[in-house]
Amino acid sequence: MTRLITISVIAFSIALTGCARKTASAGGPKPTAWGAAIVESSGGKQAGAVGSLLEQPVVVQVNDEQGTAIPGAPVEFSGPSGVSFDPPSGLTDSSGQFTTNVMLGGMAGRYQITATTLTKAQKRVDLKLEEIALGYQEQLGFQLNDKYCARCHNPESSPERVSNYDNLEVKPHAFTEGDTLNKMSDADLTAIISHGGPALSKSPWMPPYGYTLSKSDIQALIAYIRMVSDPPYQASGTVYAQK
Amino acid sequence: MEPSQNKSSSLWQTLFGHPIRAFGVVSLLFLISLAIAPAKNHFSEWRHYQKQYLVLIRGRGDAITLQRHLQPGIQQIWLPELGVVDRCTSCHVGLKEASLADVTTQPFRRHPVIPHTIDQFGCVMCHRGQGAATTVEEAHSSTLAWEEPLLPARYVESSCGQCHRVPLTGTPQLNLGRQLLARNGCVHCHTVKLPDGTTMKATDDPPSLVHIADKTTREWIYAWLKDPAAYAVSATMPNFKLSDDDARDISAFLIANSTPLPGDTAPVAATQKAPDPTAGASLYGESFCASCHAVQNAAGNLVGGDVGPELTRVGSKVKPEWLQVWLRNERIYDPPTEMPHYRFNEQQVALLRTFLLNKTDSDLLANVRLDAATPEQIAHGKTLVTEYGCASCHEVGGIKKPENFAPELTRIGSKPVAQLIFLPGMQHTLPDYIAAKIRNPRSFGSALKMPQYTFAPSQVDALTTALLSLTERARTLPAALAVPAPSASTYQPAGRAGQLMADLGCFSCHAINGRGGDMAPDLTWEGSSVQRPWLAEFLKNPNTLRPALIRRMPRFNLSDGEINELTNYIMTVYQSPAIDRDSMPLSGYPAAQVEQGRQLFYSKYACQSCHIVDTKTDKGYIGPTLTQVGSRLTPAWIYSWLKNPQALRPGTIEPNRNMSDEDARALTAYLATLKSSGKPGTKVARLEARP
Repeated sequence: MTRLITISVIAFSIALTGCARKTASAGGPKPTAWGAAIVESSGGKQAGAVGSLLEQPVVVQVNDEQGTAIPGAPVEFSGPSGVSFDPPSGLTDSSGQFTTNVMLGGMAGRYQITATTLTKAQKRVDLKLEEIALGYQEQLGFQLNDKYCARCHNPESSPERVSNYDNLEVKPHAFTEGDTLNKMSDADLTAIISHGGPALSKSPWMPPYGYTLSKSDIQALIAYIRMVSDPPYQASGTVYAQK
Repeated sequence: MEPSQNKSSSLWQTLFGHPIRAFGVVSLLFLISLAIAPAKNHFSEWRHYQKQYLVLIRGRGDAITLQRHLQPGIQQIWLPELGVVDRCTSCHVGLKEASLADVTTQPFRRHPVIPHTIDQFGCVMCHRGQGAATTVEEAHSSTLAWEEPLLPARYVESSCGQCHRVPLTGTPQLNLGRQLLARNGCVHCHTVKLPDGTTMKATDDPPSLVHIADKTTREWIYAWLKDPAAYAVSATMPNFKLSDDDARDISAFLIANSTPLPGDTAPVAATQKAPDPTAGASLYGESFCASCHAVQNAAGNLVGGDVGPELTRVGSKVKPEWLQVWLRNERIYDPPTEMPHYRFNEQQVALLRTFLLNKTDSDLLANVRLDAATPEQIAHGKTLVTEYGCASCHEVGGIKKPENFAPELTRIGSKPVAQLIFLPGMQHTLPDYIAAKIRNPRSFGSALKMPQYTFAPSQVDALTTALLSLTERARTLPAALAVPAPSASTYQPAGRAGQLMADLGCFSCHAINGRGGDMAPDLTWEGSSVQRPWLAEFLKNPNTLRPALIRRMPRFNLSDGEINELTNYIMTVYQSPAIDRDSMPLSGYPAAQVEQGRQLFYSKYACQSCHIVDTKTDKGYIGPTLTQVGSRLTPAWIYSWLKNPQALRPGTIEPNRNMSDEDARALTAYLATLKSSGKPGTKVARLEARP
């Protein structure tokens, strides 16, 4: 009997310390100011390989009602399981910003992460951001996009890599343009990549890549285009009856 | 009698007091014990997941198909030749169901599309874990009997590297990690034997320290040893965290051990008039030094290439006499250097020397005060140089390159966790250990010799991935599965032209027959490709062919004799057997065919989206400018290129248009008419930068 009591006492104390450890982690420096809004400075909508650290950190800014940056306000990041933040929480710096490095989860797909600050009344204010984790196929598509497509389809230019976008009479669609690209079926995209613009009665300025890229390469490109489109692509097909 | 004893004995009486009752009780116990195993089976995790799966698919349109695919019971993928016994599919039942693309709950997600099938390779080949286990905990985690938990997704590319030695497009992280291992000197100290029996080779070229006293001062060596990043943020030399005394003694030894540089060490004349500093800067720009060397700009960002060392503070490092010799002919000091011999004239050498020597940082050596070295300090310095293995990377006079200086990493990807010593608070897994060791080696013990590198987090992940690919499994897989890297080419052009090409460092940028860099075009078939007068003119005065590039070939101030030598060699030797240069004439195409080609160029094939023919109307910024292509390329090459660009230059981004012979001939005819107006090779009018 006494043994049973001892065991239960030990088990109870183990459980207690377990709980205690959990509560102890929520600490950190005390906020010195409170904001009214939280906005994104940079780092949203990035795409990286599954499980990888995003190339750019995510930077958010806490503002007051007038839109002035607030230093010393609390910020906490949270996300679905698998996503981790370094650091996950803290106070905004002297310019009212808080920077965290985001590591994506192990599954391909979109991850919604939330940055939260507190108002003076201890009310939560959330900012939702989206990051994209690329699986093998999308990652391959990204690499191919970088080599063959981005020079025309990505309007962003750098001295190291000048974009051809501005030189084109017929403007190509950026792959994030979901409003246009989501309306095209996989078969349409395959046709236009393989046989060029004229395959869909579009401009011959889009050359055919069907003799340069393999079928699986083109599938990978489409998987990448679908993954980064904004708004997100919903596969059309059989619509299942919901019970 | 105590009451409790009384009680228990009465319980005994109730159960076993009568033989029949005892028999009944024993039978009951026996039955219960028999039921344990089926019950455990019934409540097993995989059965639970299979039931959940049935619930999940119930509402779907293809429920019947999915249900037919589901085989109840424990599933197993058995591949004896690979040593795979994987039961993961007992719970992960939807892996092969393409229609489950929208399902995000595990263990029911569809497997993302990969080039292999699960039936071909199983699961643990890529994901590790315990394949034969049938509980979640045992399969995924490290247990007492199984040390290899699941590999975190961020390192999963390492598994590709077990078979694939060739860089794959889909594994950028693994490719980067392997590059870093070779480039950052890791394999100078750590031996890495690959499964094919070869040893991983370093691709960096740490400078020899034999003549170091001619090149720099003891003060600079001291400051560099203390913190290489203070001199150059891009330094590949790691920080050995030396004490002041140790850095003093090593610098004393290296200077004392240095022998004088053979060749021209004439002092720089002090009376030389200081040249115009802007002229030096423009010569630096015109010579495209920035293609290989980086300089930190005012914002602290590095601008320039990473082939040669960073030059931000080079004036605080090198001695003027040495720099003069180097700029005249760097091969006097370092024969195998990748830097081209520019053949600068004396005035140009003076301009560049002054320009570079002005790149100083007064803070770098401000606090370095070294007294004259004592023999004890020099002797101690020599001991330290031996102990820290400096000679693993650098040539040091009188000290042999140590063998097996650091632990061999040939099987690091399978190192048993029980053999590792973890830091407190660390996760007890191999990837975490490797990453922590790369990030901060000395945190595992201050007496350890491994120096501190400055890797970005993504580089640490890449290195860890590359190291994790060095598994025991990779060495035991059937040889047929291996995708070996092509053996490194040792191509060496012959004769005087070959010597000239080595002197000009052609292979630093161009590849020929599989050897060389990728900064500039492959020249393997250059002789079939270009016309002789153009080549001679280009070597004399290179111009930009691609408007979008900020780099171009520098001018090497070649003599006519040298140009003749090179041109002869290239035109004769670098000929493709598939192209008959003389099969198509340089000119004289019918006007109708030329016009047909022009129309094809602008309408059907819309070549102007990437190329420029008419600088007034065309804006294509990707391919080379074609304004004078008829003077540059041979029609036979143009025709073959149009028919199949990848056959001539694998990996080129110009798409294969599957052109008919007639179209290709017409386009060739049109392009052949695009000759340069004046003398060949006159500079293409520079395009204005568009906003």
